[in-house]
Amino acid sequence: MIVGEQKPIAEIKKIVGTASKLLILGCGTCVKTCFAGGEDEVATLASALRLAFRIEGKEIEIEEFTVERQCENEFIQESASAIAGNDAVLSLACGAGVQAVARRFFETPVLPGVNTTFIGVLESQGVFTEECSGCGNCELAIFGGICPITRCSKKLLNGPCGGSVQGICEVNPEIECAWQLIIQRLTALGQLDNLRIYIPPKNWSSSNSGGPRKLIREDHFI
Amino acid sequence: MNADFSSRLQQLLSKGEFAVTSECGPPRGADSEIVNKKGLLLKGYVDAVNVTDNQTAIVRMSSIAAGAHLLKIGLEPVMQMVTRDRNRIALQSDILGAYSLGIQNILCLSGDHQIFGSQPDAMNVFDIDSMNLIRMVRTMHREGKDMSGFELNGSPRMFIGAAANPFADPFEYRVIRLAKKIDAGADFIQTQCVFNMDRFKKFMTMAREEGLTEKVYILAGITPLKSEGMARYMSKKVAGIEMPEELIKRMASVPKKKAAEEGIKISLETIEELREIDGIHGIHIMAIEWEEIVGEIVAAAGLMPRPQ
Repeated sequence: MIVGEQKPIAEIKKIVGTASKLLILGCGTCVKTCFAGGEDEVATLASALRLAFRIEGKEIEIEEFTVERQCENEFIQESASAIAGNDAVLSLACGAGVQAVARRFFETPVLPGVNTTFIGVLESQGVFTEECSGCGNCELAIFGGICPITRCSKKLLNGPCGGSVQGICEVNPEIECAWQLIIQRLTALGQLDNLRIYIPPKNWSSSNSGGPRKLIREDHFI
Repeated sequence: MNADFSSRLQQLLSKGEFAVTSECGPPRGADSEIVNKKGLLLKGYVDAVNVTDNQTAIVRMSSIAAGAHLLKIGLEPVMQMVTRDRNRIALQSDILGAYSLGIQNILCLSGDHQIFGSQPDAMNVFDIDSMNLIRMVRTMHREGKDMSGFELNGSPRMFIGAAANPFADPFEYRVIRLAKKIDAGADFIQTQCVFNMDRFKKFMTMAREEGLTEKVYILAGITPLKSEGMARYMSKKVAGIEMPEELIKRMASVPKKKAAEEGIKISLETIEELREIDGIHGIHIMAIEWEEIVGEIVAAAGLMPRPQ
């Protein structure tokens, strides 16, 4: 999923600026799962903002609405009348959702209330970890299912650097050395010989380095 | 390989001489006199001098420029180059430029992560890893081509170095990684500082068993300890350094005034042991901000005069 984190209230207040009628628009898919922008977070943020503005004596009307996914037009349309009745939209979707809504409501400010952090997994309750960089050319098969591009701090493709100590990355004691994990997994799979394979320079043209990407599926055109 | 184009370090190693290299960290500024001063402290005592590339991710004079200054005062530089700050285009361009200035040795590294430096906000690059940097330099040297296959007008015939850290984990993998670096094109290896001799010997035994010591020149890292505090700091704060407790105790056992002397003694004992290890072709002395001691260590180790 796309993992995100709600911005601090102080920053959100600044972003909202002078709007007197604000729609907080939630997204019911990824950011809901990571407790950043689902229906519950919309309600909590709306209460907190109302309170914060009231303390400052600022008049603001806040409406709440959540759609299933802000990255799909058919769901965005459901919010059309709510958006029309407000000065500005504070979107609690990921960056893609914010832009998708902004594109369709060109004359309404659509503001971000969430910092999009990464593509990750729910490792345990309340713990999310980054696992994929979306490089556009998945090579997990050779690395025992652990991505060194995302999970090695130096994106090393040919083995661990000299800073791997007892399974921990030198960058931060919270980071597991991806290469230690790769070696453990390849051992379990009986594929340790993969470690001797030379991995050539990555072709980054399929990643964001090749410019913003577009995927076209003509078989799905209507 | 055409001897006319080989570096002095390469010539000495191929003749079977026990090589001595050291290190010169460029200044945090544009003053070339600082490079010259540090260089002159080493002149005559070492065969080549590594010039670090923004080590610990702190902005310093470039290793190319500092290397060029060292050449002017008659020292042979080993230009360190890290993949942290440059993509493959910049790496190749800088290697061409460095060789055109007379730099003939390179040490290929991934580099310290920028989080350790003074500008942790910076974006890193890591377009390629050190393994592929080694291979790129070899292709430029042997085939005279850049990474796109373009035939270069004048190929940089660099003597290619790589790093090995026998003290990092997972230990069993360290020799495989060394083998991969040799396959990629490493001519010589400089190791992380040796403090744990038992582990180092085990690493060398494994390297010999794989036949690697026949394929590459290995220069073992030496760092003289100045004080008990330095030993403790390196043990705790520097990733990939393994400092046996007895060495820290030994540094603590002498009066503070005598600590540096004790550190030098430890270095000399280490050098003596290293010279006995089959497959060790030299030493690389990393005297951190203590360049003036290098000459004394080399002389006391009986490694003077240096071969011409």
